[in-house]
Amino acid sequence: MNNILEVHNVVKRYAQHTALNNVSINVPKGLIFGLLGPNGAGKTSLIRIINQITGPDEGHILFDGQKLHPEHIKEIGYLPEERGLYKKMKVGEQLLYLAQLKGLSEKQAMEKLKAWFIKFDIKTWWTKNVEDLSKGMQQKIQFVATVLHEPQLIILDEPFSGFDPINANLIKDEILELKKKGTTIIFSTHRMESVEELCDHVALINKSHKILDGPKKQIKEQFKTHTYSVEYLGDLSNEFEDFDIISTNAIEDNYKKSTIKLKPEVPVNRLVRQLIDKVEIRTFGENIPSMNDIFIAAVNEIPQ
Amino acid sequence: MKYLNKTAIDSFFKKAYIIMKNIFLVLKREYLTRVRKKSFIVMTILGPLLIGAFYGFIGWTAMSSISLKKVEVIDESNLFKGKFKNTEELDYSYSSQSLDNAKKDFAKSNYDALVFIPKDIMDNPKGVKIFSEKSLSIELQNGIEKTIENEIETIKLTEAGITQKVLEDAKMNINSETISLSEEGEKSNSSVAATIIGYVCAFLIYITVFIFGVQVMRSVMEEKTSRIVEVIISSIKPFELMMGKIIGVALVGLTQFTLWILLSLAVTTAATSMFGEKFAGSPEQRMEQVKNMPQAQEIEKQVKKEAKGGGGIYGKAMKAVQTLPWVTILVCFIFYFLGGYLLYSALFGAVGSAVDSETDVQQFMLPITMPIIFAIAIAQFVIREPDGNLAFWTSMIPFTSPIIMMVRIPFGVPAWQIILSMVLLTGGFIGTTWLAARIYRVGILMFGKKPTFKEIGKWIFYKG
Repeated sequence: MNNILEVHNVVKRYAQHTALNNVSINVPKGLIFGLLGPNGAGKTSLIRIINQITGPDEGHILFDGQKLHPEHIKEIGYLPEERGLYKKMKVGEQLLYLAQLKGLSEKQAMEKLKAWFIKFDIKTWWTKNVEDLSKGMQQKIQFVATVLHEPQLIILDEPFSGFDPINANLIKDEILELKKKGTTIIFSTHRMESVEELCDHVALINKSHKILDGPKKQIKEQFKTHTYSVEYLGDLSNEFEDFDIISTNAIEDNYKKSTIKLKPEVPVNRLVRQLIDKVEIRTFGENIPSMNDIFIAAVNEIPQ
Repeated sequence: MKYLNKTAIDSFFKKAYIIMKNIFLVLKREYLTRVRKKSFIVMTILGPLLIGAFYGFIGWTAMSSISLKKVEVIDESNLFKGKFKNTEELDYSYSSQSLDNAKKDFAKSNYDALVFIPKDIMDNPKGVKIFSEKSLSIELQNGIEKTIENEIETIKLTEAGITQKVLEDAKMNINSETISLSEEGEKSNSSVAATIIGYVCAFLIYITVFIFGVQVMRSVMEEKTSRIVEVIISSIKPFELMMGKIIGVALVGLTQFTLWILLSLAVTTAATSMFGEKFAGSPEQRMEQVKNMPQAQEIEKQVKKEAKGGGGIYGKAMKAVQTLPWVTILVCFIFYFLGGYLLYSALFGAVGSAVDSETDVQQFMLPITMPIIFAIAIAQFVIREPDGNLAFWTSMIPFTSPIIMMVRIPFGVPAWQIILSMVLLTGGFIGTTWLAARIYRVGILMFGKKPTFKEIGKWIFYKG
């Protein structure tokens, strides 16, 4: 196993409720890991424990095989959901300060910052006060602050909120580039389209329990409903032995669209063969569940 | 075993180094951003300028009041001829015309004031009248009255057969001298000097604790409301952030004080050299001026008399000031200032972390400002009885000791009491800092709702 982070049986209790109940998660190195869950599920609690902002009541965490230790702070970059900067401080000074808190020397920080300022073409921002920047600009600065010290693990909590599509793409490209360099990224969000696009591996937390965990492909396989969609001309009202027609809707130009569920152990080709005899097919495809479907299904169906 | 110990020590030093480095980074930022603020620069320059302007204003008014005033004296009793002494400011001239005529001509004449002394002044002292266009200064009025009074007194005494010599011998000036008995022997002491020094020190501590404590609180709130705090405490420990802030703000305060003192000195010196010469003239002239003032003559006589007898009131005051335990006062002031500041600013920081907005502050401020306000309020009772029970206990309790002990120290406090109080204060600020840090680390991440005291109490016991 080559995990950058292993969370073992972590429990975190607050006065009124339990935020994390016996949660175990493994984050493989070099992947983009989606940490999903509805609001208040315990994601932020887990992230804060990983960042050593708070400690777990029970359980332990291994970072790169070692028990989590203050020294590991340098190896983690964290972009919280609720973010902010010192409003009255100059952008350059602020980034230098944040980098030094992460253990970089002033000189190292300066060199790295120069590269980022050139890359994002924001050289003129250096002496500006943060309050004079737009929200999107501030987000960019925060992203730079998160990744500047080149940590092994980057935790991004809702990184795209507040970005316009152009800047969101820019950040997305940066995330993919970081992945290419071998950085592991934990990506906490409830925006399923970005999970669909970026994540290799997901874990789902609901009501302080982990309810789902694994490579994205595998989870999709697991949530397959064995249904197919077909668009056609003609009629499909007859009863078939091998499959059931779940629904049929009329679409434009006399075409119809039906959702068909295959009975167990029946190969797809037999369905196609029978359909060809009956109707004129325009499109045919398997219904693969979206992360959105999986998220809703998992949260609603799996009882606690 | 030996090896293990060595690594344990190494890792201890490494940890301590990281904590120090982080605190230093925070305090550097706190210090620099504050010192570069416009408001800081404006206040630093404006403070001494205000003092300078004040000083200049006094100089100016003093100068403008020096202009020569002409006073016409109508002395119907003929007792005061030559008794009013001319000075730089006052020029008396005697006239024999009637009061009515003088009053008529007054507007046309160039006199500033007209003094009328009736014939029956010896029997009717209230008959003296002073006329002037503008209202007269109290000084001038007093001067004239005093001269007349003295003269009448002398005349009446002479009539009764008592000479000035007998009178002077009869005058005994009582200036009590308080002597405190201690192991070092008798020490001359002035309780007035002690009271002033004690109160000034206590008040300075009171004011600075308040001003800087609130600054720490605001700084915490700023980080909380701007939400940068989560990024920062994912890099360093909340305790390091809090300590850096507290020390940084303290250094800003010390910088401002130092600059104020230096600039004030510069401005005052400049003001003195500008106004001083015109204002005071040569020292001899000034002395002459003082001598010529009727009240001053009295004082001068006394001073001379006492000087003969060794140690006048001035000498005595100087001696009293010199015998105050200055080194103890200075050392204690620094200690109690820092101790009080650390104790309270940690609590102010905790309040800042617990609240979301300015409006919630008041409720939580009250319990921490109560003891310090209480302390400054009872300081006056402590001054009356610096060795009483109230004084003793309030100078031991860490919440009040920075103020009360400073009030007591100029009066002399046994060493064991000072040491005990210092130990307790040290324990006190370690305690409150620990407590504040526990509240702080939870509070800064709590958003949205106003906590109750009960909830804050629970935060203290949250784990790691």
